Amino acid sequence: MNDMTPTREQRTAALEGLGCKRKRVEDIRFTQGKGNYVDDVKLPGMLHGDFVRSPHAHARVKSIDDSEALKVPGVLAVITAETLKTVNLAWMPTLAGDVQMVLADGKVLFQNQEVAFVVATDRYAADDGINKVKVEYEPLPPLIDPFKAMDADAPVLREDLAGKTTGAHGPRKHHNHIFEWTVGDKELTDAAFKKAEVTIKEMISYHRTHPSPLETCQCVCSFDKIKGELTIWGTFQAPHVIRTVVALIAKLPEQKIHVISPDIGGGFGNKVGAYPGYICAAVASIVTGKPVKWVEDRIENLTATSFARDYHMTTEIAATKQGKVTGLRVHVLADHGAFDACADPSKWPAGFFNIVTGSYDFPTAHLAVDGIYTNKAPGGVAYRCSFRVTEAAYCIERAMDILAQKLGMDPAELRLKNFIRPEQFPYHSALGWEYDSGDYGTAMRKAMETVKYAELRKEQEALRAAFKRGETREIMGIGVSFFTEIVGAGPSKNCDILGIAMFDSCEIRMHPTGAGIARMGTKSQGQGHETTWAQIIATEIGIPADNIMVEEGNTDTAPYGLGTYGSRSTPVAGAAIAMAARKIKAKAQMIAAYKLEVHEDDLEWDIDGFRVKGLPEKFMSMKDICWAAYNSVPPGMEPGLEAVSYYDPPNMTYPFGAYICVMTIDVDTGVYKVRRFYALDDCGTRINPMIIEGQVHGGLTEAFAIAMGQEIRYDAEGNVVTGSFMDFFMPTAVETPHWETDFTVTPSPHHPIGAKGVGESPNVGGVPAFSNAVNDAFSFLGSTHIQMPHDFWRNWQAAKNLGVFEAA
Amino acid sequence: MAKTQITMKVNGAEVEGLVEPRTLLVHFIRENLQMTGTHIGCETTHCGACTVDIDGMSVKSCTMFAVQADGSDVTTIEGMANPDGSLSALQEGFRMMHGLQCGFCTPGMIMRAQRLLKENPSPTEAEIRMGISGNICRCTGYQNIVKAIQYAAAKINGVEFREAAE
Repeated sequence: MNDMTPTREQRTAALEGLGCKRKRVEDIRFTQGKGNYVDDVKLPGMLHGDFVRSPHAHARVKSIDDSEALKVPGVLAVITAETLKTVNLAWMPTLAGDVQMVLADGKVLFQNQEVAFVVATDRYAADDGINKVKVEYEPLPPLIDPFKAMDADAPVLREDLAGKTTGAHGPRKHHNHIFEWTVGDKELTDAAFKKAEVTIKEMISYHRTHPSPLETCQCVCSFDKIKGELTIWGTFQAPHVIRTVVALIAKLPEQKIHVISPDIGGGFGNKVGAYPGYICAAVASIVTGKPVKWVEDRIENLTATSFARDYHMTTEIAATKQGKVTGLRVHVLADHGAFDACADPSKWPAGFFNIVTGSYDFPTAHLAVDGIYTNKAPGGVAYRCSFRVTEAAYCIERAMDILAQKLGMDPAELRLKNFIRPEQFPYHSALGWEYDSGDYGTAMRKAMETVKYAELRKEQEALRAAFKRGETREIMGIGVSFFTEIVGAGPSKNCDILGIAMFDSCEIRMHPTGAGIARMGTKSQGQGHETTWAQIIATEIGIPADNIMVEEGNTDTAPYGLGTYGSRSTPVAGAAIAMAARKIKAKAQMIAAYKLEVHEDDLEWDIDGFRVKGLPEKFMSMKDICWAAYNSVPPGMEPGLEAVSYYDPPNMTYPFGAYICVMTIDVDTGVYKVRRFYALDDCGTRINPMIIEGQVHGGLTEAFAIAMGQEIRYDAEGNVVTGSFMDFFMPTAVETPHWETDFTVTPSPHHPIGAKGVGESPNVGGVPAFSNAVNDAFSFLGSTHIQMPHDFWRNWQAAKNLGVFEAA
Repeated sequence: MAKTQITMKVNGAEVEGLVEPRTLLVHFIRENLQMTGTHIGCETTHCGACTVDIDGMSVKSCTMFAVQADGSDVTTIEGMANPDGSLSALQEGFRMMHGLQCGFCTPGMIMRAQRLLKENPSPTEAEIRMGISGNICRCTGYQNIVKAIQYAAAKINGVEFREAAE
């Protein structure tokens, strides 16, 4: 070998494969304003549609008069439920097995509900038209408090369901009841509580909030009357699902529907579902024969498309005096708003909330979830979390702290005592999951050592004493959270959306010059798939990541996939990539064997090509094999080098992590300061540490927002009082704390490359860490649980309620 | 509605257009000029995605009428690359420090950051955080955006960039 021969390290580095902090390929266009988002799509003759919305939370629609609107220059049409009935689209099915009004049909059920769709030559004219549509309403009593939804005299919200005692998920108990979902052994759990030495019970609410990506939901629909083809550009996290839904409800042949998700400006769960805007724009395009664009504004986004959370969780833990947990009992009142449009796999009305036993070895547990209707916007999306997993993690992590407080134990010590032990994996939880792998104790102890946990507790003790002596008005909280997520939906045995199994897919085509294209069923909304997917392929087949182009979002070219949400891309599509790459590699090995004139078994893989065992000079690079695949394959073999994989995962993956938050709160103002936030994540094999760190920073920032103030709040009349960025807490660079990230690596045993997914972990683990810090701060004053969000005003209220606020 | 003739300089080139008095500057830039790098995130002046530079000041173009920019010198993200087409220090900084994810806030963030560095060529971390507090990012948690701006400041000032320890 001469000096010019690259070393093994250099060859590996040149691939920029797994583990490389590869810079993102997407950034070249994004930093120059050359991304292509939906609102950037401009077609000749394109019209704009916009909604007339209800000012009432609950009202009968007496009449809609569009005559004046149609006189407005530029206004071409006003679509109402009556128009949609002619094409049987006044209502649409939801992902949760319910139906939802596309446009108000007889009544409105939440404020800002879509009432009519005005189509005009531009967005200004559409707005002029909206102002001229006269709608006569007869207000009805609104139902806002979820705890009153099932009162005998509660208003009837869904008149369309009159007499229906069974819904998509079993019997309905009341006219505002949607479903009851139960899991676990009730008898055994009740028995555990009967003989428990210690129990706790608390109603823990996770308030309604909203994912609010910076780009709102939008679409452009273009119907070609000659070809009978409908093309939809949209902010879709799951373009193939949208295509199938459109085919089913619009009765168009699926091959004549082209769905394109171009660049997406953040999703966070907001862009999974199908919204009235999409249906109306499609109908408007079919009616007018012109492309129609619909772009919601921020207020519409916050008030009408897909809230998240709104779970009210009555939580009980049974334990021994020594702090060993013996049972968990949870009842959830789930406020789904006016229609059950919850975006969960079809058989899971409360998502994977049964991960609520968390990281702990509960011998028995029982869970019941009651879903109910209220006069609020529909939704229930997984805002940067797997389905209802953040609710579950918050529930158990808050409850464990409450138990620690009752036992007089340190909350970290209580967690260490009850963790599922490494040797118990694969672990079967009391509520039915099989956890794939974990080493919780190591992660928790590493976190505690890094932040010097024992010293922090001493400092807190000293500060509390000083507070009691009247020397300070500041209290200190240490929030511990140890979460286990369940992501990667999912195995076809238990996960589907509208009957379609939740697999995902990858197609790889290698070109003669050693470059290639990979097409995916997923869709990045900022996760950097164009960068990371190529890294997996690079390591698998020894072609530099720079030579692999990744393409997503076009249903005509991409293999069918279920899309990107619930941290499923890496666990499911990431596996499909590895499997497709391995098919390429297997064929490449046959070609190499033929070219090197040896048997396949005599070859070994060596970073970027195959080498004959024992004869290091006989080597054929993958680049050369690509060329050979197009001119000299073995006799009988088809030329070319392509592969497709549809991956049905055998199990979910279970990322976990230990987060610690240190906070101080001024009891006279309620102003808090996050002194330190440490996040240790274990997401198994790490594909791109730079991107993982970025995901954790972003997820923690969203967790911070949610825990400390971000809320969709309604007044008693059903008016949204947090409907703009003025009122809906959006942390800026000033409020956002500094994040410290760390990791351990416990690979998933069933994933081809051992990866588990990470994008949502920080939201799942972050919210309880913040809330536990606030609650821990107040606990020595006699408080057990303070509901989120913990904004300054509520902190001040808490101080006041605990009798420690002193007016100046 | 009667229309008004306006002219302005955008990224160094003279442009003109016929707009209604109510046309927002951001719509003039995106629709009339077909320059779609400037984004709309809230339409209420909170998010900063539509930030452009007008006569040496950062302006949220969703809250200014196009007619108000008549005669102005406007710079948008499309005017930010180096003359030879390579990424400018800020654009490079955002890429090197992973200061963006979905890319939707990025044009506004870069436009604000370039003005900030003209106002204060060597800002502290706190000054950067305050300086970009009119721009919301939902993806990054800002930490890497701060680093990206520090990277660019160092490059522009000709000094070595040292990443602060975690």
